[in-house]
Amino acid sequence: MLSYTIKRLIQGLITVWFIATATFLAMHAVPGNPLSGAKAMNVEIRQNLERKYGLNKPVGEQYLIYMGNLARGDLGISFTQKNREVNDIIREHFPVSATLGIMAVVFAALGGALFGALTALNRNKWPDTVIMLAVILGISVPSFVFAAFSQLMVVKINALLGISILPVAGWGTVSHMLLPSLVLGLGTMAYLTRLMRSSMLEIINSDYIRTANAKGLPQTRIFLQHEMRNAILPLVTVLGPSIAGITTGSFVVELVFAIPGLGRYFVQAVQQLDYTVIMGTTVFFGAFLVLMVILVDLLYGLIDPRVRVS
Amino acid sequence: MLALALAAIILVTLLMFGLSLLSGSTKAKPGADFATKTITVTLTDEPPNLDSSLTADQISSFVLGHVMEGLLRLDENNQLAPGVAEKWEIRADGATFWLRPDARWSDGKPVTAHDFVFAWRKTVDPASASEYANIMNAIRNADDITAGKLPPEALGVQAVGDRMLKVQFAKPVPYFDRLMAFNVFFPIREDFYKATHGRYASGADMLLYNGPFKMVQWVHGAHIRFEKNPAYWDARRIAINVIDIPYFTSDPSARVNLFRDRRIAQAGLAQQNLEEAQLLGWNIRSFRDGGVFYVEFNHRRDRLSRNRNFRKAIQYALDSSVEVNKVIKQPGYLPGKSVFPIWLDGVNDKFRKEYPAPEYTPDTARARAYLARAKQELGLSKIPPIMLLAGDDPISGRVAEYYQDMLKRQLDLDVRIDSQIFKQRLAKMLAGDFDLVMAGWGPDYADPLTFGDLFLTGNVNNRGQYSNPAYDEQVRIAQNSNDRKVRMDAFGRMQQIIFDDAVVLPEYERALLFAVDPQISGVVRRVFGADPDFTYVKIAKE
Amino acid sequence: MTGTTQSVQSTLAAQTTLADPALQQGAFEPIRSELRVQALTRPSLSYWQDAWIRLKANKRASLSLWIIIGLLLFTALGPQVWRVNPAEQDLLQISSAPGAERSAILVAPHSPWAASDVPPGTAAGLQLVGRATTQQVRLAWQPIPGAADYMVYRNIVEPKGKATFGLPLGPTGSGDITRFEDMLDLQPGISFYSVVPLDAGGNQGPGSKTLRVEIVNAITLQQAADRRLLEGRKTPELGTMIKLPFHPLGTDYLGRDMLARLMQGAQVSLFIGIVAPLLFVLIGVVYGSMAGFIGGRADQIMMRFADFVVALPFLLFMILFKIAFGIGPGESGIFPLIVAMVILLWPGTARLVRGQILQVREEAYVNAARLLGARTGYLVMRHMIPNTMGVILVTLTFAIPSAIFTEAFLSFIGMGVAAPTASWGSMSNDGIKSMLTHPHELFFPALLISITVLAFNLLGDGLRDALDAKLRSRE
Repeated sequence: MLSYTIKRLIQGLITVWFIATATFLAMHAVPGNPLSGAKAMNVEIRQNLERKYGLNKPVGEQYLIYMGNLARGDLGISFTQKNREVNDIIREHFPVSATLGIMAVVFAALGGALFGALTALNRNKWPDTVIMLAVILGISVPSFVFAAFSQLMVVKINALLGISILPVAGWGTVSHMLLPSLVLGLGTMAYLTRLMRSSMLEIINSDYIRTANAKGLPQTRIFLQHEMRNAILPLVTVLGPSIAGITTGSFVVELVFAIPGLGRYFVQAVQQLDYTVIMGTTVFFGAFLVLMVILVDLLYGLIDPRVRVS
Repeated sequence: MLALALAAIILVTLLMFGLSLLSGSTKAKPGADFATKTITVTLTDEPPNLDSSLTADQISSFVLGHVMEGLLRLDENNQLAPGVAEKWEIRADGATFWLRPDARWSDGKPVTAHDFVFAWRKTVDPASASEYANIMNAIRNADDITAGKLPPEALGVQAVGDRMLKVQFAKPVPYFDRLMAFNVFFPIREDFYKATHGRYASGADMLLYNGPFKMVQWVHGAHIRFEKNPAYWDARRIAINVIDIPYFTSDPSARVNLFRDRRIAQAGLAQQNLEEAQLLGWNIRSFRDGGVFYVEFNHRRDRLSRNRNFRKAIQYALDSSVEVNKVIKQPGYLPGKSVFPIWLDGVNDKFRKEYPAPEYTPDTARARAYLARAKQELGLSKIPPIMLLAGDDPISGRVAEYYQDMLKRQLDLDVRIDSQIFKQRLAKMLAGDFDLVMAGWGPDYADPLTFGDLFLTGNVNNRGQYSNPAYDEQVRIAQNSNDRKVRMDAFGRMQQIIFDDAVVLPEYERALLFAVDPQISGVVRRVFGADPDFTYVKIAKE
Repeated sequence: MTGTTQSVQSTLAAQTTLADPALQQGAFEPIRSELRVQALTRPSLSYWQDAWIRLKANKRASLSLWIIIGLLLFTALGPQVWRVNPAEQDLLQISSAPGAERSAILVAPHSPWAASDVPPGTAAGLQLVGRATTQQVRLAWQPIPGAADYMVYRNIVEPKGKATFGLPLGPTGSGDITRFEDMLDLQPGISFYSVVPLDAGGNQGPGSKTLRVEIVNAITLQQAADRRLLEGRKTPELGTMIKLPFHPLGTDYLGRDMLARLMQGAQVSLFIGIVAPLLFVLIGVVYGSMAGFIGGRADQIMMRFADFVVALPFLLFMILFKIAFGIGPGESGIFPLIVAMVILLWPGTARLVRGQILQVREEAYVNAARLLGARTGYLVMRHMIPNTMGVILVTLTFAIPSAIFTEAFLSFIGMGVAAPTASWGSMSNDGIKSMLTHPHELFFPALLISITVLAFNLLGDGLRDALDAKLRSRE
């Protein structure tokens, strides 16, 4: 077990190195200079700036310096936010993205499990039809449409009631988080509902449920202890990748709801060609993903005795 | 079973709203709160850098303009007013400023002449690599210090005691007093700066304030809060206690939603918000930010846009009035007629009243005649596709598409739109990788020269590399003369050359639209310095 | 399958009968006819025929298939039927909704407004000069005492207070100028114009005037001629009504036909949505099956590389690659998008295919077939391909909607196809800005994205069910 973990971690480190190198190459392939501004500067000022950021050195040397700093955990100073270290930017903005992502996954998992179970238990009755219609919407409507539309709805409702039920944008309190995380989690919720529905259908038609019913067990107990518990397993296995995917894919929601997450910074950094922030964000997200995958694999080995880590 | 599941759903929903109620959002503060004298506004983005000696972007200038003050400042009518200096004198060879005794930092210590000397030396020091060091070139030795030939101490500025600042010029600078309101010339206190160990201006507690407000909170990317600075010498003038900025968003619809929800006191409007703004009876204002936008031709040797008749053909084919009225559709935008905007002052009146822009009517037949001549001169039977470099923002995208269609229809020219992110567009502009580029210029100071010298041979910002000795001659007259009439005549001739030679095609003078809460008054918009300026705001009772 | 089982049983039955010594010769009947009765009653179905029948039986999947065929026809044949140039701009019909009024009155061309038309002081109150049309609205007013300047406003509702005059069209620039010409984005209907006097400091003074103006749709002779609307008329008279071109789904922000744009957008969206998955699935299949077939050390190295690529954060690298490849002048940006997608997404299929190949190679029935003397060709055709093809096909079907989504997402954050190329994603991005005022500009592209994504998803579901060997054996 321990040696397996170590082996996986070493592989993970190599993967992070690969990500860093790929980012470095892709980034330097982008034409343009991160130091240029709307107004051109004269040669002396330009050289002073390049010296400060080490851009006067050959690309190979820049790469080695960057990798050296990376190994020490130093991601450098942002080109656009000149008084902030990339480490600080990540430390301040990643928790926002992560909170948003985790809340979205919680919504998605809760909603998916409940709605999925509901549809399966009422197969071909109206709750099934209604929910599956909603699921179809959730799968097929792009998230940016949802984001804009939900924001508009909140405004209308607030105006109608005369008080603010939910804030329209911003970040800080739990109420700020509800709408964006719901929007972010909607797609995953739809996917999980479908997964839950088929998994539940399989279970309620199985022999042991029939037995439990025949024994006269209370319905609630059958539902909670047998049906839900077993049907939920497939959901658990997809949660790990979902969290990572959602956390790293929340650009649009962060943009529309004015949330200071890391995704928004990345889009800006790319547009501004902010080398250090681009590098830092990709390497960090890459490492995060790799770690999540390793963790899920290890946990899965612990939870499910049929799977032996090898 | 169904009941159970439904109950669970209801429970979750209740929990959601319960949490939101607990978090107290229902008692949201209004955008303008009379009781606490608080206004709430948004920023489009995080301030990139609040080290006043190194920054000049719009957002940082906005913040610094509220929390700091230079020797002079601009008042509510955009006129120069005393700031830290109570009186001043500008001569041909230099300037002297007398500092007021009651100007204090937020920690209670007085603002001294040494604080200015320290900040200005820091700006020109090659080690700080300030992008705006060249704004100091008016001061003796500044350019040599930036180039590393002289030490920063050689800069032509001295503190005579704590309350007198003497400046020596490299050449006469009649507008030097106006520069003093610009944040690069703000003071920084040496002992405080050194105590931050290179982390100066990285947080609310890493700055010292001498302006009308002080920053009490700065959560990066999320929240900035200003409170009235009791140490400010003119604190009586400030009628509000708090400026709260809890939202950073560049999305216009998010801002409009916040305004409609009465969470903010002022919101920038985009074209798509206008109908709603009218229906809801908002107080809509427009403000021209002073910038001029134009299509710049590439005048480099191997380009066909070097041909004058080709440029004239395009000049007569495009119509800036249609562009503004039908494509941009924003009130306040002024169809472009000249690179010298209408707000510039001339000799006695506005420049454009004394020197009207050349009038012409777009004319397809004339455009075609010019193009025929251009083809003849170039020896081409068909003009090859031309490259139009454009930005990736919505307005320039639309305008580029409009140009493409117009030039195809009027002149049968194939236009290829080259839409690039900001830095790539800059790289292509510098490298001359375009035929036409949609460019613009925001003024650095209130003199026509800030626009006029753009097309001077060798100017780094002359991206089309236009070069004309007759034009350069006029620029030199304007640069070296102190006679207002002589200078304005020179600008008038530049204006005529730019039209005759079709150096660039003016598109529009930009305007910003915004809605203001009817409860607040006194929001000052500025072409230079902190914009918008909330220091004159008053809140009325609801 | 059923037919085969029956014949085996009958053979067994015949053997039993034959083995019974108690029976006499005469009791036998010719076996031939019995065999005929028990012969195959249904034609033997190949794997694909069977899957096809299943798919057709699945209502949702077959409906989706029809929708997809419809979409492809819309894309390929639509432009042949609806012959409108999607790039042609009509600045007279900007953002017009489907079914908007399209008759316009023929007017004289716009000419500069000479100051002599309305001598100062001749106007009474605030009045209209000439006719208010979508070409221009001209106002003149009586001087208001004490005005240093006038601000002219326009509103779509009647102003109620002093702060609600509407859009500030602009100052006249002087207290002496008491006229104003408005040409800004004029729409037919009622507008309220207000003139507000300003003092020297730019503050609003008392005495503002408001005028209700009905603006009519108008077109000039030149504009009508440019649009070939005057054909068949000998002498077009000013004042006659003319029908503007018809746009069934309305127009966009530059007056381009939405239907034609949607068809063009369909070509881009579906092209990206289908070509990118085809390419990366193909690469994945080749890579994965090579790794699976070769096995050993090469397999390990190959799969380790695939793991690296999988670990790249997808959207971040999509954006980065997209920028790094760049879009040249006049290029649509489709190619860099596809290349970026292919680079990042092939390992998924490669892993899947390799897994399948390894699994199928070890299956008992493959071993059995091999023992029975099946040649490699037969093994590949009969077992390997069908058993991996299903998975590949399902992967492909599900990859299409996510590719379409990815394109839409990137276009939404401004990293997608470059203008003037239209895709459904970029059209949604344009439309979302004017969601409130011109909902049709968002509605149609978003609807098409949703329908396409849904159809491919349901088809994928259907295919998976139809091709799933487990389900086949169970039913």
